[in-house]
Order: sequence, then structure tokens, then C-alpha cells
Amino acid sequence: MIEIRDLYKYYGDRRAVGPLSATIEKGEIVGLLGLNGAGKTTTLRILACDLLPTSGTVRVGGLDVVEVPHEVRRRIGYLPDTPPVYLEMTVDEYLTFAAKLRGVTGADVEKRVDEALELTEVGSERDRPIGALSHGYRQRVGIAQAIVHKPEFVVLDEPISGLDPVQIVEMRDLVRSLGGEHTVVVSSHILSEIHETCDRIFVIRDGQIVASGTEKELSEALLSGMRVTLSLRVGQAGAARASQLIASVEGVTQVELAAETEGPGVASYRVALARDTRDELTRAVVGAGFGLLELTRGERELESVFLELSKSSDEPARKKKKRKKPAAEPSAEEAS
Amino acid sequence: MSQALLIARRELAAYRRSPLGAIVIAGALLIDGIYFYWKGLTDKLVSAQVLSEFFYGASGTTMIAGIVLAMRLLAEERQTGTLTLLNTSPIKDSEIVLGKFVSAFGVLALMTLLTLYMPLLIFVNGKVSVGHIVVGYSGLLLLGAASLAIGLFASAVAKSQVVAALIGTLILAPLVLLWAVAKAVDPPLNRVLTSLAIHHENFRPFMNGILELDGVVYYAAVTYFFLLAATKTLEARRWR
Repeated sequence: MIEIRDLYKYYGDRRAVGPLSATIEKGEIVGLLGLNGAGKTTTLRILACDLLPTSGTVRVGGLDVVEVPHEVRRRIGYLPDTPPVYLEMTVDEYLTFAAKLRGVTGADVEKRVDEALELTEVGSERDRPIGALSHGYRQRVGIAQAIVHKPEFVVLDEPISGLDPVQIVEMRDLVRSLGGEHTVVVSSHILSEIHETCDRIFVIRDGQIVASGTEKELSEALLSGMRVTLSLRVGQAGAARASQLIASVEGVTQVELAAETEGPGVASYRVALARDTRDELTRAVVGAGFGLLELTRGERELESVFLELSKSSDEPARKKKKRKKPAAEPSAEEAS
Repeated sequence: MSQALLIARRELAAYRRSPLGAIVIAGALLIDGIYFYWKGLTDKLVSAQVLSEFFYGASGTTMIAGIVLAMRLLAEERQTGTLTLLNTSPIKDSEIVLGKFVSAFGVLALMTLLTLYMPLLIFVNGKVSVGHIVVGYSGLLLLGAASLAIGLFASAVAKSQVVAALIGTLILAPLVLLWAVAKAVDPPLNRVLTSLAIHHENFRPFMNGILELDGVVYYAAVTYFFLLAATKTLEARRWR
């Protein structure tokens, strides 16, 4: 379990993090989501005992990062934003070095290196110098060094940045596979990169957690209801009638006819629902004789809320933060 | 302690793979050879004087090599981000510094030993004592250790290798020149400055084959002081 209480970090006069409190359960995969400069890296560096906090307590597995940093480092694996790899070493040499550095001894070293190579799927490159590897492979080697000593906690700073789409999918699977055995903290500045991977997401802004929860909880808390796009075959003159019908369905708060359409006789509507009443909606339109062609959930809705949350400059977001903060803290509290 | 050796071994492998170690050794051997030929073999000197001249010349290359070999030790790791690996591992800052120092000292010692053919030439063709050679080399290694420690401290402070080399030079050069400053000031201050100079009075006895405890203590103290300073610098960096 990772417990962060009233953490502050100042760089000179500038506050990078704080006040920040959070609890992360054993075996959980937690995402730290925020724009660049929000304080993600600083928080992770403090967790990994790379940086000392200005004030507050951080306990990793019950051990304080300031009082017993060595014990914490033994239990934690950390991938910084650039993988800390020696380019002139081969993958095998590097991981052996990293394992020994973390106190793995004797015959265990080889075993652990093999396991880490297998999990991160870089075994085929084990005899190549790291300098000759592509960015994606270097990132994997970076993860391999973070897990080579079988730490209870794994902290990954933007493991997905700079990867191509195929690598992103593989990296998500890799991070996902770390859960359960390891407690994982991942940071990112793109919601879609981590919402599938993480059990819980902390949205961080200005060094503070402004919202937390699962993707579902976040959207429930932050979005009033749901947004869907509905495509109907309405015939020549049915567009207005369909619009009225949709508006009359229980829970619908807003209906808007989209400009784009598949073709003549087809109309698309952007519909806002107070809660999830998609069943009623589909029954109503099908019952009225309209052909239901498509019903999709607005994909980017949570992303836009996150962006709004993350922007510190504009006033509405600031108000939102103040309102949301009490809501965010109990959920962190509940978890403990 | 075993962790320090682990670092030292990795570091030695890095010297082996990068051209830096080889270039420094080759450069030092070339300059030592030229100086030996120019100063030692062309003037009409007795064997012991030739040997002293050799140690004098080699002391210069040793100091420069110390700074150059040490400049990358921490600054390069900071530049490439690998220092984070060491910082987040259960290893003491003093072990990091010690490991780095030991590896660079190994390279420096190899470089120094490779010059042995010159004293051997004098030994075979002239008349010098083995003691003179041994004491002279001890002096070179002590001076080299002190220069490395200064370079390592500079490397701990600096963000890049070039800046590390500059800072190292800016510490070492005044230490060398203190004897000249000492000439310009009145006693008793001139005694203090002379004793603090890294080369002049502290190195001359070694060069002439005289083992003086003062010099040994001086070089050990300078080495320890700058290694400690490097360790404290690493520790302090965790605050920002």
C-alpha cells in the first residue's frame, strides 16, 4: 500500500506539488493523469526516493521514504521519463547490473533477468547493445530494469509516450500484466492512453489531485449523464418528428440534429442524457418505426472534461476544482 | 562495499568501450615520451636527474589525465539520465562516488604503469636506484588520485562533461599556482600557501626519490576532501 499524506514539494519558491494526499491499495494499477508540469514526475520521483519531499509523509509499504529510503528503494522499481539505460551495454549486461544494484544475489540474478526479459518480450534482443535498439525496445528495457528485482511497487513515468500505435497496445498489455503481483503507478498526460489500463485514475493539476476514481466514477462525477450519437433512417420528412420523439424520451435533456449525415433520409442526432436511458431511447425510436442505424457513445467526452479540469488558467475550471475536491478526497479515503 | 565494486566494474567496462580511456592513455604516453626525449635525453644530465625530469613531465600529464578521465563520471550519467538508476537503487552515495573513483584510478594507474619503459631505459643504461623509481611512481599515483578526486567533484557539481572539465581545471590550476602566489606574500602566510600547493613542494621530494610523509598525507587529505565533497553534492541534489 502506498500512503501519501499532505505532501508538498517546493523548487525554490515555486510549489510543484501539494497539498497532495492519496492512498493506493496493494495490487492496484493507478494512473496519474495531468498535463505537463502538473507535478506528476515530481510526485513519482518522491515515491521512488529520487527526490526528497519538502513536507508531508509518503509511506510505501508502511516504510517512510525519508526515514528509510534504502528499504523503500529495495521494494520499488522506477522508470523515469527517459529510460535510465547505458547505451554501450547489452540488454543482458544492463539488466544483470540493475539486478545486482538492487541487491539481487547469486543464482537469482540470472533467473530474475530471464523473467524480466520474458515479461517485457525483449529476450530476442538480449545480446544487442541498448544503443542499437529502437525507442520502443529501450522503453521495454526500462520497464525490465524496474521489475528485475521483483519489487512490490512499480512506478512508471509516461511509459507510453513516444511509442507507435502497435507498441502502445503492447505496452498497455504489459502494464496491465504487472497488476496483481505488483502495485503499479503510471503517469500520463493523455487520458485514452491509460484509462483502459488503470483501475483508478487520479487527475492531477497544479500539484493537487482534483479528481479521482475509476473511469466510470469520474465520468459519473464529472459529467452529468451521458452523451450519445444516434443515427436513424427517418425517410424524407421524418427528421423533425424523430427529433420530437427523442426529446420526449425519459432522461433526454438535449437533442441536436447533426449537420453530417450518411445520405438522404438518414439523420444523426447528438443526444444528452441525464442518466443511462439508452434502452428506453432505442425502444422508443424503433417502436415509432424509425430504422436504428447506429448508437454510439460520445468517445471524447471524458477527455474534454479532463482537459477542462487540467487547465489551471481559466476560471470555470478553477471553480469546478473547488467543488470537486471534497468529492475526490473521500474516495481516496474510502480506499484506505 | 560490494556495491561500490559493482559500480567500479561497470565503469571500467565503459572506459574500455568508449574511446576516451584509450585516447587519454595514448595522448599521455605520447606527451611523456616527447618530454622525456626532449628534456631527459638531449641535455647532459646524470641518470638520477633524467629520472627526476621524467617524473616532472609525467606529473603534468597525470594531472590533466585525472581531470579528463573524471569529467564524465557523474556528469555523463546526469546528462543521459542514468544517474536516476543509481539514485533510486539501495546504494549509498558514498558507494557511488567510491566506485567511480576506483574505476578511474584503475585507468590512471594503467596509464602510469605503461610509462615504465622510460625509467627502465635509464635503469638499464644508467645508474638509478629502484627506490627512486618506486617513490617517483608513488608520487605520480598520489597526485593522480588527488586530481581525479577534484575532477570527480567537478563532475558531481556540473551538468555537462565540458563544464565538469572546466570546473576541475579551475580548481586544479590555482592549486598548482599557489607556490607562485606564495612567493609574493610575506611569512608566515607564504609557508601555508606553499604547503597547500598541489605540485611544487609536495611533489618535488617524490620526483627526486625522497619519500616524505608530508606529501603522502597532503595528497590523501586532498583526495578524501574532494571525494567527500562529491558525496555531499550528490546527497544535496536530492533536495532539488
